[in-house]
Amino acid sequence: MAAIAVPTSNKRRRGGHGRLQLWHVFWIIVAVLYFVVPLYSLLQFSFEGSVNHHSAGFHWFLTVFDDPQFRSSFWLSVQIALETVLVSNLLLVPTAFWIHLKLPKLRPVMDFVSILPFVVPPIVLIVGLVPFLQPFTFIYSRPEVLPLIYVVFALPFLYRSLDAGLRAIDLKTLSEASANLGSSTLGTLVRVVLPNLRQSIISGSLLTVAIGMGEFTISSLLSFNTFPVYIFNIGQSQAYEAAALSVISLLLIWGIMIGLFLLGRGGRTSIALGATR
Amino acid sequence: MAVTTAVEAAPEPVAVRIRAPKSRRSWKGSLRWLGVLPFAAYISIFLLIPTGELIVDAFKGANNNFTTSGITAVMHGQYLQSFTASIELAALSALFGGVLGFFLATAIVARGAPSWLRSTMVTFSGMAANFAGVPLAFAFTSTIGVGGVITVLVKHFGINLASSVPLSGTLGLALVYTYFQFPLMVLLVIPALDGLKQEWREAAENLGASSFQYWRRVAMPILLPSILGAMVLLFGGAFAAYATAETLSGSTGNLVTEYIANLLTGNIIVNTQISYALAFGMIVIITVLMIFYAALQRRANKWLR
Repeated sequence: MAAIAVPTSNKRRRGGHGRLQLWHVFWIIVAVLYFVVPLYSLLQFSFEGSVNHHSAGFHWFLTVFDDPQFRSSFWLSVQIALETVLVSNLLLVPTAFWIHLKLPKLRPVMDFVSILPFVVPPIVLIVGLVPFLQPFTFIYSRPEVLPLIYVVFALPFLYRSLDAGLRAIDLKTLSEASANLGSSTLGTLVRVVLPNLRQSIISGSLLTVAIGMGEFTISSLLSFNTFPVYIFNIGQSQAYEAAALSVISLLLIWGIMIGLFLLGRGGRTSIALGATR
Repeated sequence: MAVTTAVEAAPEPVAVRIRAPKSRRSWKGSLRWLGVLPFAAYISIFLLIPTGELIVDAFKGANNNFTTSGITAVMHGQYLQSFTASIELAALSALFGGVLGFFLATAIVARGAPSWLRSTMVTFSGMAANFAGVPLAFAFTSTIGVGGVITVLVKHFGINLASSVPLSGTLGLALVYTYFQFPLMVLLVIPALDGLKQEWREAAENLGASSFQYWRRVAMPILLPSILGAMVLLFGGAFAAYATAETLSGSTGNLVTEYIANLLTGNIIVNTQISYALAFGMIVIITVLMIFYAALQRRANKWLR
């Protein structure tokens, strides 16, 4: 539900040797089983069943790869995710920069605005958005409306990531130095601030991609055939194909998480997908 | 609008600077606000105005008159039941996730725990907490659904898992939600556990306290606001969730989120005011949760900076 970053190691406590108590081992085993068993079952299910008296193997995967709907929904979701990243960065990077530089007293307001998407979850927002956007058919009936809405759900994660990045650099000194060297405010943003914010932008954007790829509520209620909606529809009648698609979706999300982990700041892990539940 | 204003006004500052520097500063001060205009406009269009209209519409009658009939309607009968069902599911999954997540977190930051355990478990928690929605639902169908791997396994012992714990029921859904709830709990309470000072434990031990006494008398009172705060967040996330539940329960679902969806897609035809009132009810509940969370957070920060 919230974007949080937890250090994977704690230096103060490092160097703990000795043995774990049985009590601790018990909880670790329970947790690992809870984590692994559904994944194992999903994987087994996706290879299960038989086709023409042969075991299925990769059959279900090949079936879904051959489905033109798989390709169209997958690319629609990729497109939506990238558009969400583009719009949210174009909107938030200059805004966050401007607020830090010129309007620091607005920062508490931004902190408040950036938690609002949690108070108004997708299912609630769509109730207000449908009558509001319906008159504007040129956008309402096109899938491009989805990235425009998803920007709202990317806001908490991207803004917080940018905010943390901007706090970490001495923006005032940097921009004064840049201005003294004859740069405009825009030049400062592009040539000085952006390179310093690279990591914040990348990690915020990867979480945004995950939201754009995984969002189900709004795209299904507006009847757009995105990847999660496609998996949902397949699952209504074809259990094995749905399992294979879930494996693909899972690998995709984890690919993004690993990307985050590798690019992230010194081994932190982040979670974000309130919008996909 | 923003662009034209800026262009028309552009020649002004030079003249103004020569005459009165003070007024230039205030003029530039108001120009500053233009910088947040695109963001303010965007958020107004896609978040603030639709939400505001929804709240107003929840109190609007058939001829635009003010009425609380919609609100009264959703506080009774099937609508009230949908709220109760959602709250029960959210509470149960927050409880499961909270308990498992808390004990796992204490295990991975325990004194005897090797450091690789922490990095492994935190990474896994990040991955599991991100596994939600439609794919998670199918993972559990393959596990404890009708033909699920575990269901088939325990059938040999005469247990019919799929009918005793149906995935579309409250307990079944709570077990599914626990999959992303407990890793979230781990990530939320680890910072609080890190905040417990080694000295407190040593002091308790020097005074002859057992491990249980230390947890009961020292650690728990300090951690309780953090634990409850984290569980409030888990509750809120589960309360607002839709995708997972819709995949598993389909048209039989009776959660408030599923009710709203059915109203929107026209599966149920009643007056539209009901969907506004249900959505408004969700906003009220989540707002109360957020206030509760903020208060707990303040308490938590007293000891754990």
